[in-house]
Amino acid sequence: MKTYAEINKRIESGKAVVLTAEEIIDYVDQKGEEAAAREVDVVTTATFGPMCSSGCTLNFGHAKPKLRMSEAWIEDVLAYTGLAAVDVYLGATQLRHADPANMYYPGEFRYGGGHVMEELVAGKSLQLFALSYGTDEYPLRELRTYFTIHDLNQAIMVNPRNCYQNYNVAVNASDRPLYTYMGYLEPRLKNANYCSAGQLSPLLNDPFYETIGVGTRVWLAGAQGHVYAQGTQHAGACERTPNGVPMEGAGTLALTGDMKQMLPEFVKGATFKGYGVSLAVGVGIPIPILNADVLRRTCVRDRDILAPVVDYSHDYPQKTGKVLGHVSYAALRSGEIEIQGKKLTVGSLSSYHKARKIAALLADEIRRGDFLVSEPIQRLPADGAMKSLEVREKTE
Amino acid sequence: MSETTTRKLMLFFPKCECEKPIIYHLVKDYNLVVNVFRAKVTPEEEGYLVLDVTGTEEDIEKALDYVQTFDVKVNLTGRGLTWDSQRCTHCGHCIPHCPTNALHFLHAETREVTFDDEKCIECQACVRVCPFGACTSAF
Repeated sequence: MKTYAEINKRIESGKAVVLTAEEIIDYVDQKGEEAAAREVDVVTTATFGPMCSSGCTLNFGHAKPKLRMSEAWIEDVLAYTGLAAVDVYLGATQLRHADPANMYYPGEFRYGGGHVMEELVAGKSLQLFALSYGTDEYPLRELRTYFTIHDLNQAIMVNPRNCYQNYNVAVNASDRPLYTYMGYLEPRLKNANYCSAGQLSPLLNDPFYETIGVGTRVWLAGAQGHVYAQGTQHAGACERTPNGVPMEGAGTLALTGDMKQMLPEFVKGATFKGYGVSLAVGVGIPIPILNADVLRRTCVRDRDILAPVVDYSHDYPQKTGKVLGHVSYAALRSGEIEIQGKKLTVGSLSSYHKARKIAALLADEIRRGDFLVSEPIQRLPADGAMKSLEVREKTE
Repeated sequence: MSETTTRKLMLFFPKCECEKPIIYHLVKDYNLVVNVFRAKVTPEEEGYLVLDVTGTEEDIEKALDYVQTFDVKVNLTGRGLTWDSQRCTHCGHCIPHCPTNALHFLHAETREVTFDDEKCIECQACVRVCPFGACTSAF
């Protein structure tokens, strides 16, 4: 019904009709699907939450004399140097050097790669310590200096897995407390934690990857980035509700964007007692309303999205595949769910408040003509399941 | 009977003052009703007391003068727990762990988290569970 080019023309002329994935629900209820599909150009989706598979490539430029980094630490957090001379990759879950981790369980994990990324985007001064074995053309063998993001040639966020389509609700059926990446879980099914923006979340509004694909322009913490690949562990083949919404993790996105354009509010280091460190990132993705089918899928509501409830004391670590049941995001947001006859209080790791804010910010950018939609250069696979790692003997 | 009021006090003790029965004197000499929220008073170590005192304005003032005759730091702000709205990402992870609803959603729809320090009993559950270090304690 509409093409990407037609939608972009309307965006450029400042006439595009843009609604958030929350606003579109009532709008379609009032106007009807066909009329709304004609009128609305873009629906904005968003999410904000911890996304462990995040990191950044940094280029420092050369000192005088030159040094080829063979080991490097930023604020004592190890960065990977198996790249060209002054390129490093810093991962969000890398712990600070000499952090005792879980030696004194549950460990505190106060600082790591995610916190370095937060401070980098916030423009703070950070320490670089680098070592080298020395070569003919790169003679320097050690340096310590201080830098900000403005001193770097490039600071590019490269996140192999963001925006999980759906996610587990974590509970603890054992009789001891658990400290997990899904937060603190009290024993004997007392509380549950979830992590999704539900009806606002990008891939829950495009369950079959019709418009979000490789090359899609995205709002990544305020910068205009894009999807560079399917995310790691992307597995489109999954159990779905009758309206096509995945009932488990399913799709993921690999995202990249320029950190120099990012807003500090949407890049936050995270600490999980007893587990480790991570990074919470804000992502917004526009869905171009090409036809009534695309529109209908953006009208998904929290009550229609089901998440699997998984016991993190046994079934998750032992990979049994057992699910205790499914609950809707409407039930989760009510603050209480019932599992096996027990009432559990519910907390979230994903910020719906920030997701709303991002969806609104992105909608404003599109209305102003500052953010165009892009046609994917390659679709994400709708099939394919997630493989397991077989531990096996060496074969000839 | 004159009107009574309740004030929250935080007393920080240096090493030398930990063995004095201050609470006893607040009750006996100044007619105060005390409700201790948090205390660490160990001989030969530093210590602290967080308490509500209820009594007449006059008695409370006299009691504060008495307390200050020792080498005790008095914090009258009533804030041992700080919620940093800039560090808070409004995920709401803390909310089920807060026993008094001091941390709560401002509106069910917007899911903006807010903190009511009047309701806070400084159990520090939020300090333990917040991934973003938004809640910190003076203790």
